[in-house]
Amino acid sequence: MSLDLSISHKLGALDLSLEAQLGDGVTALFGPSGSGKTSVLNIIAGLIRPDEGKVTLNGRVLCDQSSGVFRPANQRRIAVVFQEARLFPHMTVERNLLYGAPDRSGLDEMAELLGLTGLLRRHPATLSGGEAQRVALGRALLSRPELLLMDEPLSALDSARKAELLPYFERLRDEARVPILYVSHAVEEVARLADTVVLMEEGRARAIGPASQIFAGDGIDMRISRDMAAGLVEVTVIAHDKADRLTEVTLGSSTLWLPGLNGEIGGKLRLKIDARDVMLMTGRPTGTSALNILPVTITGIREGHGPGALIDLDHEGTRLIARITRRSVRGLSLTKDQRVFAVLKSMSVAHRRPG
Amino acid sequence: MNFGAAEWIIIGLSLKVAIWAVVLSLPFAILAALALARGQFWGKSALNIMVHLPLVLPPVVTGYLLLLLFGRTGPLGQFLDWAFGLTLAFRWTGAALAAAIMALPLTVRAIRLAIEAVDPKLEQAASTLGASRLRVFFTITLPLIMPGLAAGLVLGFAKAMGEFGATITFVSNIPGQTQTIPTAIYALLQVPGQEGAAARLIIISVVISAGALILSEWLASRMRRRIAG
Repeated sequence: MSLDLSISHKLGALDLSLEAQLGDGVTALFGPSGSGKTSVLNIIAGLIRPDEGKVTLNGRVLCDQSSGVFRPANQRRIAVVFQEARLFPHMTVERNLLYGAPDRSGLDEMAELLGLTGLLRRHPATLSGGEAQRVALGRALLSRPELLLMDEPLSALDSARKAELLPYFERLRDEARVPILYVSHAVEEVARLADTVVLMEEGRARAIGPASQIFAGDGIDMRISRDMAAGLVEVTVIAHDKADRLTEVTLGSSTLWLPGLNGEIGGKLRLKIDARDVMLMTGRPTGTSALNILPVTITGIREGHGPGALIDLDHEGTRLIARITRRSVRGLSLTKDQRVFAVLKSMSVAHRRPG
Repeated sequence: MNFGAAEWIIIGLSLKVAIWAVVLSLPFAILAALALARGQFWGKSALNIMVHLPLVLPPVVTGYLLLLLFGRTGPLGQFLDWAFGLTLAFRWTGAALAAAIMALPLTVRAIRLAIEAVDPKLEQAASTLGASRLRVFFTITLPLIMPGLAAGLVLGFAKAMGEFGATITFVSNIPGQTQTIPTAIYALLQVPGQEGAAARLIIISVVISAGALILSEWLASRMRRRIAG
């Protein structure tokens, strides 16, 4: 998949201007509310005509204001999962699912994949928010889109429903093989789902890159990056300790313990380690409750105008980030290339890689 | 009650006129309601006034204007006669036209309200699933406005059944040809001693009107239930 965007659009106070080439996998359009993410999505879907610019999907020109080309939404083969499920209230779940489908062939499999098999005869009014959003997702996929757009699909749900839905999104990403553009302002969702991140602010893309780079905050204003700074690391599952309910994983030559039983033995997991959950020590700590301590080398110290600093760390080629105060940087006299110990206070499983 | 042949003719003609009036005006009513609810175009308020004018004009004026336009010497009347051999003035077809024009504002209002209640986001969602505008209208918009449409139709039907002023001006009151229930009641009330005959027609019109209202309520609630699941 290749999606080429070169658009500018004025919408109220927002002056949107975006140039990007996006590829396969999950691309997250990430930024605060009002940063223009949804407008970008609407322009790609054909629901808004941009003031200027061009949108090309797999070589097909969808919209080119300079030559007056504008393909309407129904001719774009781009499906959208909206914030609200937008199910058709007068149709059963099955008819909703089949609305954009060329035939019934994928129905059973999709219903199975999304856990909708028992709901096919129901009407949307009787579904929970999570169920409705799963139907919306299945309906979008069954229309066989070349690109799937998702506009904050979890933001209208409570956190239990979010937790229920995210695994479905992951399965879909891994099994349906549809390129996805995922609009969100929620760091956790982006860290968990995205391969590529477009960081939006005030109608501009502040950074575009692989998720791990964006979360590391490379080339991003500290003001934006300090709260989301995190290391995204890939680990291999070695064992499940069922008695203590911990998962043993390896990162290079080091061993880490994750709370809960995650992944399959031999499989890989993506972990998100927030910078604010990483403590630094100059000597190997003893007598500590922390289970996870990694020897690391400082590769850089980033200080902004605030009281905090981001410390870039390397562990056998894996990048981690710690957020500590500038006072601590001075107090410990941390410098580049210094070898220290990183104490990981908590980690979250961000991403379940198949195999 | 025993109805004589003359009364059956009156009732049958009224029903025929009202049904044709509603059926013929429905496509125009839907188009006008769509344009007024969704359209952004020059002349929208002119259309709005045109559609609603029969509601506020004295019916006799509407009837006279119809006579000017569609009468034997009127421009549209001559055209219809020449193109289709269709004569409207002083025929039941003219009564249907008058009833249709008088019913239009009521039907348009009801359908317009129903269209305005449809969430355009659902139609957007349908279009992103590949549905053309026509398919969106027939599979999403139309089923969702059905309760309003049914209500509008019944209102229009009742109005068409009861139309008097424009009808009597445009097509007169010819028994067996253009005499509908209201004009027949009027005629009967002009003659002393015919109150009984008039009362029978009055009861009939009350029954038909009330029945229409009950039917529309029933249809609307059935469809609301279906939509709500």
